[in-house]
Amino acid sequence: MLTSDSLLTLGAATAAKAPIIAGDPLALLIPAMPILGVIICTLCAIFGVRNKFPAFATVLCLAVAFGVAAKVFLGHTGDVRITTGFEWMSLAWGEEPGQRLIADFSLYLDSLTILWMLFVTGLATLIALYASEYMSHDVGLGYCRFFAAFNLFVFSMACLVMGDNMLLLFLGWEGVGLCSYLLIGYFYKKPSAVAAAKKAFIMNRIGDVGLILGVMLTFIHFGSIEYREIFAACQPYIEMAKAGKFSEIPAIVQLIPILLAVGAFGKSAQLPLYVWLPDAMEGPTPVSALIHAATMVTAGVYLVARTYPLFLLSEYALPIVAWTGALTALLAATIGMAQFDIKRIMAYSTVSQLGYMFAGLGVLTSTGAAFHVVTHAFFKALLFLSCGAIMHGFAGQLDLRKLSGVGFMKGWGIVGLGMAVGCANLAGIPFTAGYFSKDMILAEAFVTPGMAPIGWILLLTAGMTAYYTFRVFFRVVVGPMHYEPGDELHAHDDHAHGDHAHGDHAHADHRHDHAHDHGHDTHARADAHGHGDFHPHAPGWAINTVLATLSVLSIVAAGLYFAKSPYEGGLAKGGAVPGMVERSSAAFETPFSHHAAGEPTASIKEGGHEGADGTTPAHGSLAAPSFVPTAIAKSHGAAAHAGSFFGYDPHKAMYYVSGVVGFVGIFIAFILHYAGRRQAATARADALLPAVGPVAKWAQNKWYVDELYDFLFRYPLWFLSHGFHLFDKLAIDGLVRLFGGIPRFIGGMVRPTQSGELHGYAAGMAAGVAVLLFLVFMLTMR
Amino acid sequence: MMTTLAQAGFPAAMHQLTLAHYLFISGAMFMLGLIGFLTRRNLIIMFLCTELMFQAAGLALVAFSRFHMNMTGQSFVIFIVTVAAAEAAMALALVVLLFRKRESLDAAEWQEMKG
Repeated sequence: MLTSDSLLTLGAATAAKAPIIAGDPLALLIPAMPILGVIICTLCAIFGVRNKFPAFATVLCLAVAFGVAAKVFLGHTGDVRITTGFEWMSLAWGEEPGQRLIADFSLYLDSLTILWMLFVTGLATLIALYASEYMSHDVGLGYCRFFAAFNLFVFSMACLVMGDNMLLLFLGWEGVGLCSYLLIGYFYKKPSAVAAAKKAFIMNRIGDVGLILGVMLTFIHFGSIEYREIFAACQPYIEMAKAGKFSEIPAIVQLIPILLAVGAFGKSAQLPLYVWLPDAMEGPTPVSALIHAATMVTAGVYLVARTYPLFLLSEYALPIVAWTGALTALLAATIGMAQFDIKRIMAYSTVSQLGYMFAGLGVLTSTGAAFHVVTHAFFKALLFLSCGAIMHGFAGQLDLRKLSGVGFMKGWGIVGLGMAVGCANLAGIPFTAGYFSKDMILAEAFVTPGMAPIGWILLLTAGMTAYYTFRVFFRVVVGPMHYEPGDELHAHDDHAHGDHAHGDHAHADHRHDHAHDHGHDTHARADAHGHGDFHPHAPGWAINTVLATLSVLSIVAAGLYFAKSPYEGGLAKGGAVPGMVERSSAAFETPFSHHAAGEPTASIKEGGHEGADGTTPAHGSLAAPSFVPTAIAKSHGAAAHAGSFFGYDPHKAMYYVSGVVGFVGIFIAFILHYAGRRQAATARADALLPAVGPVAKWAQNKWYVDELYDFLFRYPLWFLSHGFHLFDKLAIDGLVRLFGGIPRFIGGMVRPTQSGELHGYAAGMAAGVAVLLFLVFMLTMR
Repeated sequence: MMTTLAQAGFPAAMHQLTLAHYLFISGAMFMLGLIGFLTRRNLIIMFLCTELMFQAAGLALVAFSRFHMNMTGQSFVIFIVTVAAAEAAMALALVVLLFRKRESLDAAEWQEMKG
């Protein structure tokens, strides 16, 4: 389907392609170290190692990978470098450019890649250390299996992020999906975990249809699936889009980003493919923290950021992304407000924050979205790991109606601190990292004209986020101390728990001499000492170290907003991370988005015109009008027009507005869940429940989305499959059996001749002879 | 040959003794033997009928030999009769064995090869 136009384009592009700058060959260690980890863990499994060696080997391998990533970062100067690995696929069936499929195992090192790999490998190292203690119950074969899958996951993520062509990205994409399946289904004896793993994998695959189609169309149109060639070939289309002539861009090129976005929605749990993520909490908590908070789910965001030039060529792709993100954020926040399982609340929170990131990409702040990815990775991992520590220590208890005051219990101080820091970031309390990154997205939503409704949706969601986050905090971390062990007590403790459950009622009955509220108090006090012989298991050094490190990093991450860009001449405001993102293909305002691999970094023209309402020159000031799709916005930051927030510059206004919204949410949570609460099970919120009754029930049941999918897809498919089964059994098998039956039938007809009677045989012989004679007679008489 | 018979003074009907007469007899004998074989149940009688069929065939051969003045047919008959005799001995031995099994000479007793 290569038209002559596109071939011409390709020809021009290839002619104009500058030589490749070779990247640091050491970067190949980043995918190689996790593979080494896989091999070590497999060997441990084969040799039946029964201690924590696989965990520490993993931590070591990943730490080395992180070190290499840091070294590459330090040696990077902002341009694109390609490290060639080995030739993976090289097929040619003709001479022309469109008749070659080249996909090498090469690494595309630009600043976006390096940014991603830094936090992926860093978090992976920390979480592996955490997991070494968390999974210590399973030491032996299960332990090795866990860490092997963990390492394989990091390898796949590295391929995804660092690959220089879409096929390697796809390899990584599928690899992370596989490892997610393996790790969610780690407790394979539990049916709910197995079901959740299957659900995650299958929903990912549904999104993958879009991704695959996008990659195929890319190859068909551009003749190549390597990023540098695609970006080079995009130049003429970018010129067209700059001039606003979207009708001249071929429909295929406009379709590609939409398909890629579908793939991203599947992987990053957006509407309508988000239902797998809350169920994925069946996996062990380190898995939830690494895969379903920080890394795998950001792969979708990475895909969109990496192929951003393609997204800018389509009129509808970015609005689709923005609206999907915003609606998902809102929906997930409403569900999260009504859940009782703290891990599930965090899962819905992840879905919601991912919605923020996609909305950010859609409103043209890829820098803000990437910054939010980084900060979210840290504080969400922190929150999940804290929840995991609670789950680990209280034998699987995660219900916030059964836990209270954990932060004050002995040995749980660091967990409490971790939760506090994480919740502060998530809710967007001013001067935390989460506040700054969320602000960038919120502000941009109001700056980009036509996206203001999205801004309002995100603002409302921010308020809800603050509410449900601090609902968890006020119920679980602070307040009167109370706990109940969860379901994972060992056998003998189960008896104790069962006894206590009976004793509980007996307790209330026997204490007739106490008034009821005293009864409650003694209950609370007695419970602080435990039920039966259950004592909460405070976290050990590994978990505490990791939580403390992450808390510190989350606090320090706020400083990234004020740090200088590591490369010279950065335009984007927002500090170091946006400074890195803008040098990559993800940024659209600067000349770097048109940057073919290997060109020396162009100098920045400070075209500089301030918007009439004082938009900062940092955004999109180029001598030429900024390139922005006309369907989304008129020239962003140019003199013409820029969105405003009730007349104020959105960037400045957002500092205050989001802070206020956050505090309102926290205040409501305080009133409803902390003030006046004496026990774990109820709070003032419960008094309001009758008033909002049915709505809360619906939210608690996740708006029945799973049931809707059952109705739309599962039951029809069930009927269809049973119908086909019947057809197969009756019609097709029937046909085969018919063919088998014919000889049998004929045999049945002929069988009576074998009667066993001598006279019968004799008669047969005589008849045969007679027939023969007759024939001979007739024939010779002719 | 017919002139010889006429000179010997035989009646005219005998002059017209053609091959057909002998073949008719042979055919009749064969049919009788066949029908007897198919309808009788006594093993020895059935065997007798087979012998009859043999003789009919032998008669036919001799008749052809005489009418074509060719010794081949008659010498063939000698062989046939010899073989028939040997076979008779075999068959009767089998009948005796069969009789010993079932104490009966009924051919209908033996139907185990059915199907």
